[in-house]
Amino acid sequence: MVVNCEHVWREVSNYLDGEADAELRAAIEEHLRGCKHCTAVVDGMRNVVQLYGDERMMEVPLGFSRRLHQRLEGDMSRSRRTFLGWAVVAAASIFIAGGIEVARSSVFSRPGLRSEHARTSNRVPPDMMVIVADDGKTFHVAGCPFIHDKARLRTIPAYEAEQQGYAPCVRCMKKYLDATASSHRWHEMSDKDATLG
Amino acid sequence: MAAGTGPLEHPAQQDYERRLIQRIGDGEHEAFYELIRPYERRVYAAALALLRNDADAEDCAQEAVLKAFQNIRQFRSEAKFSTWLIQIAINEARMRRRKQRTDLIEPIEKDQGQEGTYVPREFADWREIPSETLERKEVREKLAEALSSIGQIYREVFVLRDMEHLSIDETAKALGISTASVKTRLLRARLMLRDLLTPGLGGPWSKDLSFAKGAKPW
Repeated sequence: MVVNCEHVWREVSNYLDGEADAELRAAIEEHLRGCKHCTAVVDGMRNVVQLYGDERMMEVPLGFSRRLHQRLEGDMSRSRRTFLGWAVVAAASIFIAGGIEVARSSVFSRPGLRSEHARTSNRVPPDMMVIVADDGKTFHVAGCPFIHDKARLRTIPAYEAEQQGYAPCVRCMKKYLDATASSHRWHEMSDKDATLG
Repeated sequence: MAAGTGPLEHPAQQDYERRLIQRIGDGEHEAFYELIRPYERRVYAAALALLRNDADAEDCAQEAVLKAFQNIRQFRSEAKFSTWLIQIAINEARMRRRKQRTDLIEPIEKDQGQEGTYVPREFADWREIPSETLERKEVREKLAEALSSIGQIYREVFVLRDMEHLSIDETAKALGISTASVKTRLLRARLMLRDLLTPGLGGPWSKDLSFAKGAKPW
């Protein structure tokens, strides 16, 4: 196998990451022995990766950690207060409505899909953080231009979005939907697929 | 040599983190400080890569850490905590960019069809740079300046892969793109940075760096 300069430039990144196979690697090294230009490219890129990979490049502003911890502290004490507040409310609800009724309430049951036209997919990584709008029907990758209500967005894990009845956006989540669609057409999806599972 | 010193994430560390997460879930909230300590700088760096403004990046990093705390019960133990946390920071930063409409100011560069077309412009011999160079503030500033001058789609891949030391797969997942796109953008980012830095790092630092003059057309 013989490679030229352009080939080396295309593969230099994979070569440095150890992702080039043995044959390509040998061919690149053979080329580098006779090409000063490509040697300069490889050496320079190796320096770039090493310099930026150094922790000293990740400087944080003075006092960053202290301010972060202060904000966390505030949030933690708020969440404790909120938890106490909810505990009182929950206790009162149980007292008034009875345990069985509470268990049947919407808090504990899973709602249906927010859109009857939505396509579901079990291929979205469950812990992938996604964006939902309170009034929306679908969940998105951050930055998707099709996000419904830009004013009221929340970032939650995909599985939680699905639990709340959101379906994956057919545009930004296309790759997960395509994988599903390739095995069976959308309109042929069984009832089981069409409900969230 | 301190190059490539990302936080070590051995299985033992992941076990330790799982135990911390369990304790936090059981109500011992203070354990969260210990959980995030090794990653505070990484969260900030991820935010800064997208927002390019110290104050915004700090606020975004704080928000991301708060969200991680609030959603810690939803963290699934088969994932790496660091990757999950960085992903939250990336999502938060992207959302802020959209709100600030920064994407309109910085046009999104298309990398489709550009695979393999980037031709290096600088061929000056660039011998190994001792990592001690990074002790010099002006060197770190030049590196940061070069990084902020490349397009966002390249910058975010480069930061996650080469600064945060995420794998190709983790980078792809965090950004919601394919591994092929990660590789293409990473190659281009590294080539562009090499071209930007070669005039300065190939010789002594000087004021007439080509990127300082805006000579590079991208």
